[in-house]
Amino acid sequence: MNAPLYSIPGASLPPAAGAPASPAAAGAVSATPDTAPPKTVAEVLAQSQVETVMDELDRDLVGLAPVKSRIRDIAALLVIDRLRAQHGLAAQAPSLHMSFTGNPGTGKTTVALRMAQILHRLGYVRKGHVVSVTRDDLVGQYIGHTAPKTKEVLKKAMGGVLFIDEAYYLYRPENERDYGQEAIEILLQVMENQRDDLVVILAGYKNRMETFFQSNPGMSSRIAHHLDFPDYAVGELLLIADRMLGGAHYRFGDGAREAFESYLQRRIAQPHFANARSVRNALDRARLRQASRLYADRERALSADDLSTIAAGDILASRVFAQAESSAS
Amino acid sequence: MMTNPTGRLTQGQFSFLPDLTDAEIAQQIEYGLKRGYAWSVEYTDDPHPRNTFWEMFGMPMFDLKDAAGVMMELANCRKTFPSHYIRLMAFDSTRGIETITMSFIVNRPEKEPGFGLHRTETNGRTQRYAIHSYSNDQPEGERYR
Repeated sequence: MNAPLYSIPGASLPPAAGAPASPAAAGAVSATPDTAPPKTVAEVLAQSQVETVMDELDRDLVGLAPVKSRIRDIAALLVIDRLRAQHGLAAQAPSLHMSFTGNPGTGKTTVALRMAQILHRLGYVRKGHVVSVTRDDLVGQYIGHTAPKTKEVLKKAMGGVLFIDEAYYLYRPENERDYGQEAIEILLQVMENQRDDLVVILAGYKNRMETFFQSNPGMSSRIAHHLDFPDYAVGELLLIADRMLGGAHYRFGDGAREAFESYLQRRIAQPHFANARSVRNALDRARLRQASRLYADRERALSADDLSTIAAGDILASRVFAQAESSAS
Repeated sequence: MMTNPTGRLTQGQFSFLPDLTDAEIAQQIEYGLKRGYAWSVEYTDDPHPRNTFWEMFGMPMFDLKDAAGVMMELANCRKTFPSHYIRLMAFDSTRGIETITMSFIVNRPEKEPGFGLHRTETNGRTQRYAIHSYSNDQPEGERYR
């Protein structure tokens, strides 16, 4: 009896006799499970390469200690679950829906992107893409518009992570005919029934998310991980500023870093401070001032050093300092 | 003479094979998604070979990454029309192609009575032929039960 020359996709392939697995191929198939089932935590980590993402998370994101430790816990649970599965100790697939609460600019979106990578490497979401939506993408404008709209978004997010930014807008208690409730119900249904197909992450400001969860207890109980993102301290914001400048090939000149530190101290006290986002905006404005400072001196030959240095004056010209002085006088 | 001894509708891909399991359907969907096709679900209870346009069940699904979304829609359609013909179609939007590139039946009624050949004699001794589905004598919605 001749073996068929074709292969049926998905059928377990018998290993080709006498063909040794080439090392190059073995390295490339990290996404597919290796032949030998992993026995130790190290083997699972090596196969899934989740450590590299975790290290990147540690290296790239400043501060956020409670968030990082929680993510490590979740990753550890997933690794142990994989080992348990090897011994037939199948537990129910863990519920991985999360809520990220914190003030603006504390890195919720960034962490959600990393989370998708981690879950993908561990094999808990199949594709690892992130679909980022807000209320407008889920809630329709007339009767019968919401359900198809929400379902379409859910279908796009299948196999990945659905990131709902400012999720509290979904529920508008002041308008009892609001369609947000319908979107929430569909979300809940899919979150419960298809939890191995997608992971939902809700994000928003802390106090408003708390009211949202209070009025939607079903949503709160279906979310296993409530992560709170703390505000950054001045030192952490300075580190973030260093990284942002480094990434854009700029650097602080003499005294500029100290000037920026005192800028941050003043800015934090003011309303609408948005952590890392405010740092980015402040640096962008400093870049503008540096550009016009250099532009003013037309005859000067500019070196690479001149072009990449943010001087203390560029930062001290900020409106924040002027306001502080006028309020002091 | 029986030309189709299994008595099954043979339209689209895989129609001479046994019914695909859900896992196999999901793999076909994955294949299509990898090539950038947009899947859609269609149903009918009038499977005449000339009836090329079946009813759409929802919109075609663009920008999907995973088969689970299409499978969810298919499950909805099966729940709504348990004994209709349901097929999945993949649309390739590549410029210059812009057409359906895959299509296969994923749900069929329990009993498929098939088609009869009607012969009509016209001018002279000319024969005209027509294909008629036995189940089409019933009104729409009551054909397959």
